[in-house]
Amino acid sequence: MTETSMSKDASNSGDGEAGGDGRINRLRFRKKDMPGGLWLKCESCSGTIYRKEVVEKAYTCPACGFHFTMPGADRVRHTLDEGTWEELFSEIEAMDRLGFVDSGPYGDKIERTVKRTGQNEALIAGRGEVLGRPVVLGVLDFKFLGGSMGEVVGEKIALCCDVARKEGKPLLLFTASGGARMHEGMLSLMQMAKTCSALSKLNEDGGFSICVLTHPTTGGVTASFAMVCDITLAEPGALIGFAGPRVIASTIKQELPEGFQRAEFLLEKGQVDVIVSRDEMRNMLARLIDFGACRPGAGATAGRRPASSSERASSSGAEQEAPSTSVPGDEAKGSSGDVASSDGS
Amino acid sequence: MSTEEKTREPAGLPFERDIQEMERKLVDLEEQAGDDLDISDEVRALRAKLKDKLVETYAGLSAWDQVTVARHPDRPVTGDYVVGAFDEFIELHGDKQYGDDPAIVTGLGRIGDRRFMLVGHRKGRTTKERLRCNFGCAHPEGYRKALRKMQLAERMGLPIVTMINTPGAYPGIGAEERGQAAAIAENILKMFELKVPVIAYVIGEGGSGGALGIGIADRVLMLQYAYYSVISPEGCAAILWKDGARSPEAAEALGLTATILQDLGIVDGVVHEPLGGAHRDTSVMIQSMRESIVEELASLDGLDGETLVANRREKFRHIGAIEGRFPSPA
Repeated sequence: MTETSMSKDASNSGDGEAGGDGRINRLRFRKKDMPGGLWLKCESCSGTIYRKEVVEKAYTCPACGFHFTMPGADRVRHTLDEGTWEELFSEIEAMDRLGFVDSGPYGDKIERTVKRTGQNEALIAGRGEVLGRPVVLGVLDFKFLGGSMGEVVGEKIALCCDVARKEGKPLLLFTASGGARMHEGMLSLMQMAKTCSALSKLNEDGGFSICVLTHPTTGGVTASFAMVCDITLAEPGALIGFAGPRVIASTIKQELPEGFQRAEFLLEKGQVDVIVSRDEMRNMLARLIDFGACRPGAGATAGRRPASSSERASSSGAEQEAPSTSVPGDEAKGSSGDVASSDGS
Repeated sequence: MSTEEKTREPAGLPFERDIQEMERKLVDLEEQAGDDLDISDEVRALRAKLKDKLVETYAGLSAWDQVTVARHPDRPVTGDYVVGAFDEFIELHGDKQYGDDPAIVTGLGRIGDRRFMLVGHRKGRTTKERLRCNFGCAHPEGYRKALRKMQLAERMGLPIVTMINTPGAYPGIGAEERGQAAAIAENILKMFELKVPVIAYVIGEGGSGGALGIGIADRVLMLQYAYYSVISPEGCAAILWKDGARSPEAAEALGLTATILQDLGIVDGVVHEPLGGAHRDTSVMIQSMRESIVEELASLDGLDGETLVANRREKFRHIGAIEGRFPSPA
């Protein structure tokens, strides 16, 4: 009753289970109203915004700064230094092990989604660098069946843990997911266990993990690896929770408070470490990775990271520095602290 | 727990209508029979007929039928096993952070000379109890209590027995505020580090993350008519078909029965229920559980903590995997 999964293709861009209520802000393409699809309506401030500008601003609203769900490939580009990306495990394909049929066979649904998105599954995994710091990166892509976690997503996250462990690199994960993929039945629930199993092994071997919760992250993803990484970051305004708001509202039969399950709410309740805006993300990650490099597992002595780490970005006061690589959104103003306090409700 | 009393409203499983009619008839006949030999023959004949009917009916249960059996109000709950199958039990309350969630019961248990920590969902039996326990839907403090007691068990060198029986973790404002997702996630992660044997039984409803939050074990067992699912059939039907009435179809599609889950390698073993389900003969069920717990604990004797942890991680790392489908992990 609590795991929420996306049943619709993201092309419907309609309400998923996790985003089913009027307060959920997702980038919606209203081609009907806006000829040519050049214009969008921001679900947060209701402003009419120019599509190109939104994309240039790393999928944030130019008017109100709302952080829309970012497509996985853009996330990878936005996070990593140019030319450092090396994708891993992209060949692994989903399988319909239960012969699940709803409006049609799950197998057909996968096939259509693969064709539409040009990727085999909802998780994009690989190696890369953040301001010169090598990382193992995993990005959940909401546009692939709502970023839902089935066997392949779980396996790829576990493989990311394994690679990070073997290569002594920090593990960096971005989530955007409706939860477990119910079309894979219990095999999908077991991915919560599988990912935590691999993470537990990574922890034991002195690994370091960061998870960034982005809009929206709910269900079995939140209730497994996403919430137990060493550092939990969240993007401003992101909907983050266990049960979807609709499920909660229908259970308790009352309206949910303003700002409920938003990143700012979670910060206030002690559930996330820091809220970081998209334009600050790379710098923050680099700084955290430098602190992470002080861990015994990285061969460091207390408080000092090994000299082998790249010095391309400063380890202190990096927030004042422009990153060495130009990425969309870097020119945007406002620090993470501003965002957290001004959006808090 | 011992105060749980049964409310004996006739619980009607739709597929049991004929069976219940026969059972009622049998009770009447037995009352009349006394020493009358003629009627005694009739009683014997009806008993045989009833048995055949039960065998036939229960051999052909659909996935949805099994869900209704798993939810039967007379089905033994954790408290019944504590009272009936354990020789000793000391309940340990609270998470020592926020509160004592009644939806999860934890404590020191003993069967014969086998001592262990029990962690189980509590559904309650009477309406009042059920309300107090949120029908077995635990809050974060319940999962934190469970983890605290499991870590205590590890320090004490006690194995852990969990009993899963929940429609799911509670979806509410307080639960979200106090970190339902984080509490469950923490349990899953930390159960992979416990250096003592862990055995999990799905005794009734295995409702998604709320079940898995106490479900990471060296041996995962299911009662024959229990179900274990990523989402409730109702929830699945509501999302996929926008129609809760199609729950039976959803139950079928989700593959939530013990047989299927054993085939997929998600469940290690099935504890057989008495003919006609655990609700029909609770004392037999309780005795089977007593034997099963002893047997399963014995099967993990002699394994040291490191081996247990390594095996547990491997087991869940490769659940359901098909040879050659995924690259071999580093």
